[in-house]
Amino acid sequence: MQTQQSTPAPSLREKIATALEDQRVLGYVLMTPALLLILIFIAYPFVLGVWMSLTDKIVGTPGVFIGLGNYDKLFASDIFLTAAWNTVFFTTVATVFKAVLGMWLAVLLNRKFRFANITRATVLLPFIVPTVLSTLAWLWMFDATFSVFNWTLRWLWQVDISVFGLVLKENWGFFRGPLWLGDPGMAMTSVILVNVWRGLPFFAISFLAALQTIPPDLYDAADIDGATGWKKFWHVTLPLIKPVAIVVIVFSIVVTFADFQLVYILTRGGPNNETHLLATLAYQLGMGSGNIGQGAAVALFMLPLLAVVIVFQLWYLRREGVR
Amino acid sequence: MAQILLKNLRKSYDETEAVRGIDLNIEHNEFVVLVGPSGCGKTTTLRMIAGLEEITGGEIFIGDRLINDVPPKDRDIAMVFQNYALYPHMTVEQNMSFGLRLRKVANAEIARRVNHAADILSIGELLARRPKQLSGGQRQRVAMGRAIVRNPEAFLFDEPLSNLDAKLRVQMRTEIKKIHRRVQTTVVYVTHDQVEAMTLADRIVVMNNGIIEQVGSPQEMYEAPQTRFVAGFIGSPAMNFIPCRIVQSGSGLAVRLSEDISLNLPDEQANRYRAYLDKDMVFGIRPEHMTEQRQHTNEQQLDFGCVVEVLEPMGIDTMVFVEINGVDVTARAAPRSVSNLGEEMMFTIDMNNMHLIDPKTDRVV
Amino acid sequence: MNAMVGETYFRRLLVFYIPLFLFVFVMLFPFFWMLITSLKTDAELYNPRLSPFIVREPTLEHWENLFGTTLFVEWAINTLWVAIASTAVSLFAGVLAGYAMSRLVFRGSTMFGIMIFITYLVPPTLLFIPLTGVVTWMGLQDTTLSLIFTYPTFLVPFCTWLLMGYFQTIPKELEECARIDGATRLQAMLKIVIPLAIPGILSAGIFAFTLSWNEFLYALVFIHSPETKTIPVGVTSELIKGDVFFWGSLMAGALLGSVPVAIVYSFFVEHYVSGMTGAVKG
Repeated sequence: MQTQQSTPAPSLREKIATALEDQRVLGYVLMTPALLLILIFIAYPFVLGVWMSLTDKIVGTPGVFIGLGNYDKLFASDIFLTAAWNTVFFTTVATVFKAVLGMWLAVLLNRKFRFANITRATVLLPFIVPTVLSTLAWLWMFDATFSVFNWTLRWLWQVDISVFGLVLKENWGFFRGPLWLGDPGMAMTSVILVNVWRGLPFFAISFLAALQTIPPDLYDAADIDGATGWKKFWHVTLPLIKPVAIVVIVFSIVVTFADFQLVYILTRGGPNNETHLLATLAYQLGMGSGNIGQGAAVALFMLPLLAVVIVFQLWYLRREGVR
Repeated sequence: MAQILLKNLRKSYDETEAVRGIDLNIEHNEFVVLVGPSGCGKTTTLRMIAGLEEITGGEIFIGDRLINDVPPKDRDIAMVFQNYALYPHMTVEQNMSFGLRLRKVANAEIARRVNHAADILSIGELLARRPKQLSGGQRQRVAMGRAIVRNPEAFLFDEPLSNLDAKLRVQMRTEIKKIHRRVQTTVVYVTHDQVEAMTLADRIVVMNNGIIEQVGSPQEMYEAPQTRFVAGFIGSPAMNFIPCRIVQSGSGLAVRLSEDISLNLPDEQANRYRAYLDKDMVFGIRPEHMTEQRQHTNEQQLDFGCVVEVLEPMGIDTMVFVEINGVDVTARAAPRSVSNLGEEMMFTIDMNNMHLIDPKTDRVV
Repeated sequence: MNAMVGETYFRRLLVFYIPLFLFVFVMLFPFFWMLITSLKTDAELYNPRLSPFIVREPTLEHWENLFGTTLFVEWAINTLWVAIASTAVSLFAGVLAGYAMSRLVFRGSTMFGIMIFITYLVPPTLLFIPLTGVVTWMGLQDTTLSLIFTYPTFLVPFCTWLLMGYFQTIPKELEECARIDGATRLQAMLKIVIPLAIPGILSAGIFAFTLSWNEFLYALVFIHSPETKTIPVGVTSELIKGDVFFWGSLMAGALLGSVPVAIVYSFFVEHYVSGMTGAVKG
C-alpha cells in the first residue's frame, strides 16, 4: 500500500518497497493491526484484570493491593461456590444434550428430502439471531402466570376426551404447571433448555458439514458387508466425524462455560442467587455492586478450565497435524 | 536472453541440505534440462534461479548481474509451473498481459505482444475465456504464452508436462521444442522424466541428492555415463547391473558374471580394465545391447544361454527377462527369435557398449 | 444417507418425518411466539383463561409504541453502524494477519498463531471488567466507538483463523507466478490472492457481522445513554422498567431486532455456514 502513495522522497519510497519484499519485514507489518488490537484490548486488560483481582478496588477508588484476599473471600462464599458448581453443571449437561440431539438432527438433515435446503437453513435460525432477543421470548414463555407451556398443560389436563369438541372442564385452573423460573432446580433446567435450543443448530450444521464429507461408497461397502443402520452409524459415521465433533464440542464448551446472556435475562441469578454462573456473578459483583476487585476475581476463575480446554485443543490440533 | 551462471549454489532447510553446491554455466539460448528423481534438488535449484527460494550459499548470475538478492520481479525471467498457475479470476488475455500491465507497458504494445504469442501458440480464439473453460493442453499453452509475451532473459519450466495425459505429453513436448526454435531464448527445464530430458535438451544435467552427477548432451549421457546413477537413470528400459569379477582369460581378460557365464573382453577394454583384475565389479549393459544370438558375433564367445522368465512383447521388440547371478536382467530381442517361457534361450552381448562400474565409488571406470 | 432401499413409508414417517418435524417446530416456535404476542392487545395478553394461540383482535399498538415512544430506530442505526464498522476493522486486520501467517515465513509466526488461537478461545465475559477500565481510560465510554474497537477482540482472532485456512487453499504458485511476472509481494497479495479469497472474506464478514449485531455484554457494560444503545441492550433495558415488562413491544422489538441478521443470513446461507464450519475447523 505504501508503494502506491506518492511520497515526496522517492528514495524513501524505494527503500520501503524494497523492505516490504523481505517476507520477514512484510510479515511483521501485516501482523501489526491484529497485534495492536490484541495487545491493547486483550493482553493489557488481561493483566489489568489480574491486578484488579488482587485489589479491593470498588467503583471510584484506586484500590489497594490485598493479595489473594478476594479469592479467600470467594471461597468462603456460598454464592460463589454455587455459581462455580452451576457453571460446570450447566456446561456439562447442556453440551451433552447439544451434542446428542445435534447429531440426531444432523443425521436427519443429511437424508435427501424435499425442501432439504430450506429446512437446513431454517433450523439454524436460533443460532444466528441475537441471543438476548430470543431469550426474551423464552422468558415470556416461562412467565409465572401467562406461560404458554402451562396453558397447554392445563388444557391437556382439562380436555374432556369423551366430547370431541374439546370442552374445558369446570375445575379450570386446578393444575398450575411448574414454576419454570421460580424454583432453583427448575430454573437451572429452563436455562439449560434454552441453551440447548440456541446451540443445537450449531452442532447440527457442523456435524452435517462433516457428514457430507463422508464418501457414499463407504456406506455402500458397509451395506455389502451387511451392516445395519445403527452399526453403520457406530462403525462408519461416528469415527469419521470424530475430529470435527471434538473441535465443535471443545468450542462449544468454551462458549457455554462463559455464557452470560441466558441467566442475565431469564433469572438474573435468582431465585436466591441459586442459578448464578461465574459470568453473571462477576457482573453482579463488579457492575451491580461496584465491587470491581471481586468481580474481576470471579471472572478470572474461568481461566483454569479454559486453559485446560485450550491446551487440549492445541495438543489435539498438533497431533492431527491440522496446522 | 542471457547466460545463467550458478556458482557453488547451496540451499538448506533447518537440518536438511537440499542443494549441496552446484556449479553450472547455462549458455545463451541454450535449452538445459535438470533431471533427477524427486527430492534431488532440481526444483529447489530452479526456484532459487527464479528467486522464490532464498539462497543459502553461492552465487547466481543472469547475464553479468549477480541476482542473489534481487526479488523475482526484477530478475526478468518467466516461469511455467507444473499446475500452470493461471490466475483463475482473469481471462486468458488478462493472464497473458498481467506482467506487462504491471510494468506499465503501453496498451498497443501489450495487444501486439499478446496477439503475437497467441499466434505462435494458436490460442487466438481462447483469449476471452477463463482458465476453467480450458483443457489441460490449452492451459499449458496459455502458461507458455504468458511467458512468451514478457520476452524475458530466460524461461524456467517446472515439470510443465507432468499433469498431462501420456498422449498429450508427447505432443506438447514436440510443441515446446518448436516454440524454442521460434522464440530463441535461454531455457532451464526441470523434469523427472528422462525421456523428456533426452528429447528436449541441448544439454542434460542429471542431479541426485543435491549435487550434479553429470552434465552433457543427451547422446553423451546415453553413451558415456560417468556414474552408476546416470547410467541407470538415462535410458529406457533401464540399464542392467550385474555383479561380476574381472578374471584372466588366456592372454586377455574376461568378465565373469556367474559360474557359467564368462564374457571375453575386447582388447581395448581389456587394457582399460586391467587394473581391476580379480576385483568385484558391476557390469552394466543396456537391454538393447543384449540381444538374441546372431550368427556373426560368435567369435569372441560372447554367447550364453539363460532361462526365459517373463516376456513383454512391445511390438517392434520383445523384452526378455532372465536371471543372471541372482539379478533380474532385461534383454531386448527380435520377437521371432524369442524362446518360450521356461525354456533356455541364447543371448549375445555387444561388449563395445558395456560399462564397468566400481561398486566402491559407483563411478563408471 | 440416502433414502434407504426397501424402507417402508410408515417406518420413514416414524424415524424421519416426525422427529424432523418436531425439531423444526421447536426451533421455530419462539419466533412464532414473538409474532403472536406482538399482535395481541394487552387485554388479551394478560388473560390466562384465553387460548394464547389465537389472536382475537390483531393490533399494531405495540409496534406503534416501539417506534413512537422508544428509541428503537436509533438503536437499529447504532447496531448497524457498530456491526459494519467493527466487521470492517476486523476484516482489515484479519485479512492481513491471516495472509501473513499462512504465507510468509518469519520469526515468531508460529507463536503468533498460537496467540491468535488462544485469544480466539478467550470469551468476552472473562475480560469485560478490566476492559471497562481501558475504555474509560481512552475516553470512549458511552460511545459506539467503544464497541467498534472492542468487538474486534473476538472478531479478529476468528477472522484471522478462518482466513488463514482459506488462504491455504489458494495455490502458492499463483502468487509466485505473479511475483515472477513483475509483482511485488504486496501487489501479488492485493491483485491475486485477495480477489481469489473473496468467498472466504465474505464468509468471515457475514459471520463477523452477525456476531457483532448480536453482541450483548460489552454493549450492556460500556453504554449507558438510551440514544447510544444497540438493539439487544436497548430492548432489554428500556422496555423492562423494574418489574414491568411491556411484553407486546418487547416481542415486537425482539422480532424486529432478529430480522436484519435473518435477512443477511438468508442471502448468504452458504457463506454463513462455511464461515461457521470453517471457524471450528480452522
